[in-house]
Amino acid sequence: MSARTVLQHADITRALTRISHEILESNRGSSDLVILGIPTRGVTLARRISAIIHSVDSTVIPTGALDVTMYRDDLAQNPTRATAPTEIPSGGIDGKTVVLVDDVLYSGRTIRAALDAIGSLGRPRSVRLAVLVDRGHRELPIRADFVGKNLPSSADERINVRLEEIDGLDEVTIG
Amino acid sequence: MRHLLTTQGLPRDEAIAILDVAEDMADVSEREVKKLPTLRGKTVINLFFEDSTRTRISFEAAAKRLSADVINFAAKGSSVSKGENLKDTAQTLAAMGADAVVVRHWASGAPKTLADSGWIDAGIVNAGDGTHEHPTQALLDAFTIRRRLHGSAARGKDLNGVSVTIVGDIVHSRVARSNVWLLTTLGANVTLVAPATLLPVNLSGWPVTVSYDLDHAIAQRPDVIMMLRVQGERMAAAFFPNAREYSKQWGLNDERLQALPASSMVMHPGPMNRGLEISAAAADSPQSTVLEQVANGVSVRMSVLYHLLSGAVER
Amino acid sequence: MSIRIVNATLPSGERTDFTIERGVFTDSSSADRTIDAAGLQALPGLVDLHTHLREPGFEQSETVLSGTRAAAMGGFTAVFAMANTLPVQDTAGVVEQVQSLGDSHGFATVRPIGAVTERLAGEKLSEIGAMANSRARVRVFSDDGKCVHNALLMRRALEYVKTFDGVVAQHAQEPTLTLDAQMNEGAVSSELGLAGWPAVAEESIIARDVLLAEHVGARLHICHLSTAGSVDVIRWAKARGIAVTAEVTPHHLLLTEELVRGYDARFKVNPPLRRDEDVHALRAALADGTIDIVATDHAPHPPEAKECSWAEAAFGMVGLESALNVVQEAVVDTGQLTWADVARVLSQKPAQIGRLEGYDRPFALGSVANLVLVDPSARSTFNTDSLRGKSANSPYLGRDLPGRIMTTIHNGYETVRDGDVVDAAEVAQNAAVGVNND
Repeated sequence: MSARTVLQHADITRALTRISHEILESNRGSSDLVILGIPTRGVTLARRISAIIHSVDSTVIPTGALDVTMYRDDLAQNPTRATAPTEIPSGGIDGKTVVLVDDVLYSGRTIRAALDAIGSLGRPRSVRLAVLVDRGHRELPIRADFVGKNLPSSADERINVRLEEIDGLDEVTIG
Repeated sequence: MRHLLTTQGLPRDEAIAILDVAEDMADVSEREVKKLPTLRGKTVINLFFEDSTRTRISFEAAAKRLSADVINFAAKGSSVSKGENLKDTAQTLAAMGADAVVVRHWASGAPKTLADSGWIDAGIVNAGDGTHEHPTQALLDAFTIRRRLHGSAARGKDLNGVSVTIVGDIVHSRVARSNVWLLTTLGANVTLVAPATLLPVNLSGWPVTVSYDLDHAIAQRPDVIMMLRVQGERMAAAFFPNAREYSKQWGLNDERLQALPASSMVMHPGPMNRGLEISAAAADSPQSTVLEQVANGVSVRMSVLYHLLSGAVER
Repeated sequence: MSIRIVNATLPSGERTDFTIERGVFTDSSSADRTIDAAGLQALPGLVDLHTHLREPGFEQSETVLSGTRAAAMGGFTAVFAMANTLPVQDTAGVVEQVQSLGDSHGFATVRPIGAVTERLAGEKLSEIGAMANSRARVRVFSDDGKCVHNALLMRRALEYVKTFDGVVAQHAQEPTLTLDAQMNEGAVSSELGLAGWPAVAEESIIARDVLLAEHVGARLHICHLSTAGSVDVIRWAKARGIAVTAEVTPHHLLLTEELVRGYDARFKVNPPLRRDEDVHALRAALADGTIDIVATDHAPHPPEAKECSWAEAAFGMVGLESALNVVQEAVVDTGQLTWADVARVLSQKPAQIGRLEGYDRPFALGSVANLVLVDPSARSTFNTDSLRGKSANSPYLGRDLPGRIMTTIHNGYETVRDGDVVDAAEVAQNAAVGVNND
């Protein structure tokens, strides 16, 4: 089965730019914002969003990575997963608005794990969720605040997000 | 990973995967909340047929930080008193629903016997068996070396080209055996230094260089010098004449510490005999990694328990 | 009851028929029962110079009855029972008791071995003369399990045993070199962290003892030779004309120390499994006659003695049922021994060393009928169903081995029929008749 490209480089850039503006708008500016990407590609997307915000209002948003592996509820169903570093910006997350960034929102279980991970790192004022693609099929009462593209899919389809920093090109495919 | 019984044959990539997860576990240990929910509902039993408070509390801390339930079972017994029978103990632990058993035993091979027996289905971690192996000690030693060399950029790296000199009672040392296999798998060059009485009689299968002369070994400017604990009873059994002579010939005294490059690490698995195999100055010098080794032990054991108790493929 | 065996192949390779009547080979051509032995190899009844029957004292491991059933299953018609029972076989009373148990059960002739020293303590000679002159007519003396390591005591034992035409069977193990020893000392023990049992601990005792035997002009037998160096010492001693004989176990002809790597205590034995080089030296020495005989060192142990850590486990393996299969695998199928050689090393020669009568002219008219019929072309997996003793500590469980023993005849009656041991009551009854015939 051949995969079909649904987002290309320009689409991805446009989506991230829109998300960046929405984040600033809903936060009424950039104060007390912390952006945390979920490894691997969520971290790359978080850095891009942070850079876009910087280009818009020249503020440096504290940006980091949040590994959720050890909080997952499916560790016993899959081969042992490698972990990735968690990098919390030096100002911490207490009292901040944390924007979680991931590439694809699917069952919601990763985000559930991320909320638990945040809980053991501090107490943010609020937590928002930004995703490049929302493919549906939620298994938990979780929704994204900022969505690059809603992409209705069937459960047996595979959605692949490739990013230039990691994969050498920007594209989202389904197939 | 089903069990961790030895470092012999542990693939390089698997070893590095354990060390990499341990890096992230070390980060957790620096947080205010030093706890992860990962092994919630799992039962880890520390089964100790031989006293070792240090190793036991290290495993206990590791399991608790991963939210596992921990049960300590001191099944004391020696070859003389016979004590608790391995089979009965194993079946008892199986009946209690153990998911992992951390075994310290005075008999070489006892963890392997347990893993192969069919008496218990749990994952087995060798926490030191007789004069055979102590794989988590070697992993934490490798982790300590890698961290000192590469700091926060340690993830993914091996120990290629690192020279490690291990000094002392090699023949009776499970720490030495596990380190020889693991460090060489990771690319290090290992030299063993000891009197002939304290070296295994046949080292033909060991990827090491052997020397009787500590001063000569130090003159080679090793990146790491690892001093092993000397057991008092070895003197009685005529492995060497007395403590004074041992210390003079094979101890890391102040002169030898001076002769070492300032960048060389001084390691010791503990507990140390200060003044015998290592001088106080060497033990307390900035080159000494002794306390880092203890801290890193918890991180490495968290990683080992995570690798043993998560993942569906082999269980 | 007479038995006619047709189409049998003798050790010489000759095809023949023979008849057994009233316990001996006769030239009669009719019999109550005929066994077609086409395709089967006939061998004289096998003689084991080194068996542990464990009775009296350790009946949970083996009894004279269970041990001789195992012997019959393995084609043996006579076993020499080692002295490390409880009480030790160091008095006329104990050896007579063991011998009479064997006689009454009837599965095999049981010849007790007397202890060299009282309680095997290595301090004081036991009542060797009394045992030699008892109804058990003890001719082999051994502290097996322990070495007679005191040189002066060994000298006296050799001299004193010579007085009664006996032989000292030495368990060659220098005790100070083998403290807490767990396996062969070498590359594997170094890796496994198990205390080593160095070859020199065996070889140094053999070297000392052959010189002592030469000095006092006595016979000496070396139990379970296990190293290439020991072979060299024995070869040297025989070239000098020293009256030394040597045995090797089946397991030392087949298994190596590599098996210890799994820490499975079924492979824990004394002397330990050695290197591949040793196995090959032992096979060659058996083929060229440097080693005289194969003996099993059948050493039964209850399950709990092996279901534990390696260091806690007992030394020893059962070996009676598997001996001939293993010998076929190790030295017959490899072309090093003929079946005539097998008859020599597993029957005539051990009988001769132990002064056991009736095994010097196998298959000859008028000789006592002790024989075994084996199907050398059969091949099967050895498992607990293959065992007939009380204990299952065999190193061969799960291993494919050649040969199947179809018939064992002891003193003219069957102890194994159609590949399985005959009912104990029938055997005991036949044994009683045989005794009456005498």
